[in-house]
Amino acid sequence: MSAALDRMDADFLRELLRHGLLIDMGVDGVYGRSGLFEEVVERFSRLVAAFGEEDTAEVIRFPPAMSRPQFERSGYLKSFPQLAGTVHSFMGNDRDHAHLLDELACGHDWTHGQRATDTVLTPAACYPLYPAIARRGPLPAQGGLYDLYSYCFRHEPSLDPARMQFFRMREYVRIGTSDQVVAFRQLWLERGEALMRSLEVPVAIDVANDPFFGRAGKLLSNNQRDQKLKFELLIPIANEDNPTACLSFNYHQDHFGALWDLRCNDAVAHTACVGFGMERVALALFRHHGFDPQDWPRTVRRRLWGD
Amino acid sequence: MIDERVRRIVADHGKLGIDASRLSTDTDLYESGLTSFATVQLMLALEEEFSIEIPDRLLNRRTFQSIGAMSGVVTSLLPATA
Repeated sequence: MSAALDRMDADFLRELLRHGLLIDMGVDGVYGRSGLFEEVVERFSRLVAAFGEEDTAEVIRFPPAMSRPQFERSGYLKSFPQLAGTVHSFMGNDRDHAHLLDELACGHDWTHGQRATDTVLTPAACYPLYPAIARRGPLPAQGGLYDLYSYCFRHEPSLDPARMQFFRMREYVRIGTSDQVVAFRQLWLERGEALMRSLEVPVAIDVANDPFFGRAGKLLSNNQRDQKLKFELLIPIANEDNPTACLSFNYHQDHFGALWDLRCNDAVAHTACVGFGMERVALALFRHHGFDPQDWPRTVRRRLWGD
Repeated sequence: MIDERVRRIVADHGKLGIDASRLSTDTDLYESGLTSFATVQLMLALEEEFSIEIPDRLLNRRTFQSIGAMSGVVTSLLPATA
């Protein structure tokens, strides 16, 4: 079954490349995007903003990298060491440089002298947010709401075009009391479903877990499911039998609050987020409505382009 | 006996912030502050202490809910000595 699924993933990828929507860069999961692909992403991003507009979130944009010490403190390495992308660079002298060039010319591994820099690629758009908000001091009684949008990196090369290594995640993040953030997640579970149904793609919402590493990860996954901490909105993309999570709705309890000493109403703050996988949504639209948006249903075009 | 070995593991790895010697065997450890990540440490410590491997189907909150629950799981996984 897995081989059959892999084949379907690869077939859909080939179609996307053939239509020029994605551009091969020689690495599985790393692609260029055409103007048309980007336009669909941009239109969807505006639609998300329209759905969230009345909440007046604070807009913050981070580059697709974060500080390594903050990343280390975030606990990401406990849960997802296999996905992390750390930035390394050459930090040697003239002799080390000559040695590097030598090894490169001989086709040997030249990377063992590379040293970790102070930056790590952002694994999820909200990771740089928590320490930045914590530095401001305690949150006001009503908590905070933030609008984030960033390229993210996860090391998981795949022929499934919906599993890219570099992809964009749009997020709304709520920080506040547990009641406030649980209500926020419920609101977006309903909004997110309405939003995607309005684009006339088949959707299902299900309890989910993150891809935690190893046997300890099995325990964390089971805990996450038992407590219904994560829901996903699923849309079939490359194949019908294995739908892809395009939106996710996460309640972190006080995990990030305790980690970063985020405080609200004299207590440790709780956090929740809704995440939009921007490329995945674009791929779902191409998959269900065709490779040329001119041919998409009028109602869907009106939603996205207003025409 | 097993209860006491489990209690020592909870004291060493549970990061509960309360004295493990005062826990009853059915005290809910999650209500006492046990986190998911500390649960992972308990899992690894139990496996090492009793030379067992907890099967995937038992890797859930119920297994680690209390000292008694962990003792029960450990007992069920130890080779029969009779």
